[in-house]
Amino acid sequence: MLRYALLRLLGAIPTLLLVIVLAFLMVHAAPGGPFDDERTLPPEIEANIARAYHLDEPLPAQFVRYLSGVLRGDLGPSYRYRDHTVSELIGNAFPLSLKLGAMAMLMALLIGIAAGSFAALRRNSAVDRLTMALSMTGISVPVFVIAPVMVLLFAVKLQWLPAGWSGNEGIARFVLPVISLALPQIAYIAKLTRASMIDVLASNFVRTARGQGLGAYAVIRYHALKPAMLPILSYMGPAIAAILTGSVVVEEVFGVPGLGQFFVRGALNRDYTLVLGIVIFYATLIVLLNLVVDILYGVIDPRIRQR
Amino acid sequence: MVCCAMLRDMKSFRYVLLVALGVTLVSCDKPVDSGAEVSTLHRGLSIDPESVDPHKSRSVQAAEVLRDIGEGLLSYSASGELVGGVAKEWTVSEDGLTYTFDLRDDARWSNGDAVTAEDFAFSFRRLADPDTAAFYAEMLGSIVNVRAIIAGEKAPQDIGVEAVDGRTLVITLDQPTPYLLSLLTSPSTFPVHPGSIAQHGDAFTRPGNLLSNGAYKLDAWEPGSVLRLSRNDYYWNNDETAIDAVNHHVLTQEMAELNRYRAGEIHVTGSVPPDSLQQIRSERPAELHIAPYLGVYYYGFNLTKPPFKGNPQLRAALSMAVDRDVLVEQITGRGEEPAYSWVPPGVDNYEPRRLSYADMSQDERNAHARRLIKEAGYGPDNPLQIELRYNTSDTQQRMALAIQAMWKEALGVETTLINEEFQVLLANTQAREVTQVFRSSWIGDYNDAHTFLNIMEAGNPANQPAYASEEYDSLMQRAAQQVDLDRRRLWLEEAERVLLADHPVIPLYFYVSKHLVSPEVVGWGDNVLDYHYSQHLSLVDH
Amino acid sequence: MSVVTRLWARLRSSRAVVVSGGVLAAIVLVAIVGPLISPHDYLQTDFNRILSAPAMANMQVFGTDDLGRDLFVRTMRGAQITILVAVVASVVSLLIGVLYGMVAGYVGGRVDAVMMRFVDTLYALPFIFFVILLMVVFERSLLLIFIAIGAVNWLDMARIVRGQTLSLREQEFVQAARLTGVSPARIIFRHIAPNLLGVVIAYVTLTIPQAILLESFLSFLGLGVQEPQTSLGALVDAGVNQMEGASWMLLIPAALLALILMCFNFLGDALRDVFDSRRFR
Repeated sequence: MLRYALLRLLGAIPTLLLVIVLAFLMVHAAPGGPFDDERTLPPEIEANIARAYHLDEPLPAQFVRYLSGVLRGDLGPSYRYRDHTVSELIGNAFPLSLKLGAMAMLMALLIGIAAGSFAALRRNSAVDRLTMALSMTGISVPVFVIAPVMVLLFAVKLQWLPAGWSGNEGIARFVLPVISLALPQIAYIAKLTRASMIDVLASNFVRTARGQGLGAYAVIRYHALKPAMLPILSYMGPAIAAILTGSVVVEEVFGVPGLGQFFVRGALNRDYTLVLGIVIFYATLIVLLNLVVDILYGVIDPRIRQR
Repeated sequence: MVCCAMLRDMKSFRYVLLVALGVTLVSCDKPVDSGAEVSTLHRGLSIDPESVDPHKSRSVQAAEVLRDIGEGLLSYSASGELVGGVAKEWTVSEDGLTYTFDLRDDARWSNGDAVTAEDFAFSFRRLADPDTAAFYAEMLGSIVNVRAIIAGEKAPQDIGVEAVDGRTLVITLDQPTPYLLSLLTSPSTFPVHPGSIAQHGDAFTRPGNLLSNGAYKLDAWEPGSVLRLSRNDYYWNNDETAIDAVNHHVLTQEMAELNRYRAGEIHVTGSVPPDSLQQIRSERPAELHIAPYLGVYYYGFNLTKPPFKGNPQLRAALSMAVDRDVLVEQITGRGEEPAYSWVPPGVDNYEPRRLSYADMSQDERNAHARRLIKEAGYGPDNPLQIELRYNTSDTQQRMALAIQAMWKEALGVETTLINEEFQVLLANTQAREVTQVFRSSWIGDYNDAHTFLNIMEAGNPANQPAYASEEYDSLMQRAAQQVDLDRRRLWLEEAERVLLADHPVIPLYFYVSKHLVSPEVVGWGDNVLDYHYSQHLSLVDH
Repeated sequence: MSVVTRLWARLRSSRAVVVSGGVLAAIVLVAIVGPLISPHDYLQTDFNRILSAPAMANMQVFGTDDLGRDLFVRTMRGAQITILVAVVASVVSLLIGVLYGMVAGYVGGRVDAVMMRFVDTLYALPFIFFVILLMVVFERSLLLIFIAIGAVNWLDMARIVRGQTLSLREQEFVQAARLTGVSPARIIFRHIAPNLLGVVIAYVTLTIPQAILLESFLSFLGLGVQEPQTSLGALVDAGVNQMEGASWMLLIPAALLALILMCFNFLGDALRDVFDSRRFR
């Protein structure tokens, strides 16, 4: 297991390098630079700025300079948030995105699995159809429609929850963003669970257990749940990616200073270092997470471990 | 219920719940220590400042924060008058080239150090120093040697600024600059603490290291979220500062900011979403503050290429056919003024000139325009086809669509709309290769007509149309040499007349500042520069 | 071709397929015909009629937007563009994915392992970021949106096609063809590809909603389809700003968008039930 993990990690390095090169080229290919603004600057000042930030060096030189910094753990200063380094910005923003994402994922798993299992047990009943209809809606309505509507309803009209982020403390300000983020995933996981659970409930060993007189709940708990979870586990990869994407929207709407928001801002501002830093950070994270998912897969299904 | 049964039974679910609880607890932040009676003002800011180093920032938002934590030689009072800041008195020589400032004895930094003339001299040198790469280095360009220093031809030590003693600063100029005093209220001219820079280097801007000589000091900065300021007890005018703490909340989306305001979470917004204006006017009209602002929104022509090169009638025709009233009523709808001048109204000591057709009805204008465009050689069988570029934003889009429709209807012009991202538009506008008509704007830096007129001088980097008129330039030169303010004003007004008649741009409307100000806030004064110092405000419970 | 007639028969027997397929077809029909029969043009602004509510008067059944343009026509245009983008992007991802998967599955062995490892690592990348970067780098064109979205979506298809190809390869008729010396290319295109048809169709209808959501999201950020073109995502984005004053600007395009997505989801599910009896785990 350890050897497998190490090998996979090593294999990820060339990918990461490729990612860095690609992102670097793309960001620099974008027309306009990090210091452009409505007011055009006199040429001498532009020259001074270019020199101070090494933008007048040829591209390969800039790349080498950047890469050697990265290897030392220094992601550079942000070109836009000039009083902060990229590592600092990521360090501030990521825990927030992580919290939001983790809570959304947790909520999605709990509610989704429960709802899906319930629907599977009560297959073809009214409850089942209702659950599936709701889940279909959850998948179909985009996050950026749900989020503003919820703010309007719960924060402005009813004033039950805070409308935004900064200056508010406590759990309340997490509620709306997490729900917005979780909704599509709840829907999808419920669907997956139901389908998978139906399959498993129809399989021989479950039927045997039922035949032996085991109640429905016990059957699920001791026999059906684990194997039914396999498709959910494979979905975890895309689920994380979906939460990543959704978080950009949610962060925009609620003004959460998370990583997604910083990335979009950075791309639009041509904040080269910030953009590159976030891309590298996320790529590394996802590679590690995939590794974890793989290992978990092996834990849950011993057959795979044999491979 | 299956779920409850599962929750009760399953060991794994118990673990899951534990994790959920853990995450929840971790996310509960410590409550902010609201001691007794600390009055806190909550303001909305549309984007993070790039920096709180006065020399490394240039955005309007950075200026807003800097005005709370710093102070220059001069400042503005609550009623919008130019008053002394760190300087309590000053004299100007007869030829207008030498300014002598007497600094206050009680001006202090937030660690108790006195603010000295040498601090200012150091800061001005740093502003001009090419190694600092300050954006607004040019602002003090009329000070002796500053331009040469920026170009690297002279050392920063050679700047025409001298600290005669701890309390006296002498500034020497190349040419008379009547608006110098207004310039010295700008945050780029605020002093920095030399000792801090020596000790911390680039990290001197961090909360905790940063020393401020203004009414507040920076306690904390969460990028993308909020900047927290608190009272600077060493500020010379601290007794007059009513509010103890100020939080500048970074709220990039206007709708989100509006919702925060309506939920009672912020006292002052940085802006107001145009789509909600109707509603706000009926909901809370007294809280809406809309005032003229020193900025002009315009469409520029690329004068280096056909069809607009050397073709003033064509440009005039297009300018006439725009119904500016419709634009400000239907498109922007915030109480902006349609622009028939280049310099906005409300500028000190100035009366803007107007376009010749300012007082005609739109139908009359359209008729004139049709004649002009025919003379230029275009007609129904040879319609003018042009490209209009603007940057990605709802309002710009609506503006462009409206004007496209107006030109089509009145003149049969076929306009292709090209929407570009801001950086791209800027790059194209500067390159002058592909642009024909482009959207642009200019915000004044100080309260003098010069800040608008000088960008149209040939060779000025902000001269996007590449307007080059000898007559205009010579008029501006004459104005620059005038010490007498009334005579100077005449030259400037004449220059504007020439500019307008040449139509290098289509001024569309003048900006307004728009804020929602809670009834709890007292002391808010609308002014044309949109400067609102937190130290002039106070909060009442209501 | 018996493959096709067999497929058609199976399709027609599923109620979900018929209903959602029918609704989609109806939407496409209205989207194309609607603007043609309406007296309004999607570009035409009318400043006297800004933000008017839906009414039968003046044939403006969906009301007007903030520039006085008729919302019905704009929504239909938006639907056209949305569906177009989604379909073309999905076809792009389909072509890439199918080719990639077929080659990997057929050749097998080392090559397959490397190719699938590549797919796995690509899966790891924060593609949304690259899409945003791409949109920012180039002048935003419809073509680029297709490519960007297609480039993100082909991974799933590749995996599935590879799986299918692997199992098909072991079947007798393929073995027979190989033994008789038919060239690999021929085998792939004559024998394997037609048998992939069902699975491919099923999964394409699942990538289409992803493409639609991605395009809508780009429009929300201001990076997607540009004026005067519009898409349902762009309309929804504009509608969010008018949520309180003119709710129809949000509700109508959002409802249509949701309906289209739901149909594709139902369709995809049903098609999968019909074609892929071995559920992909």
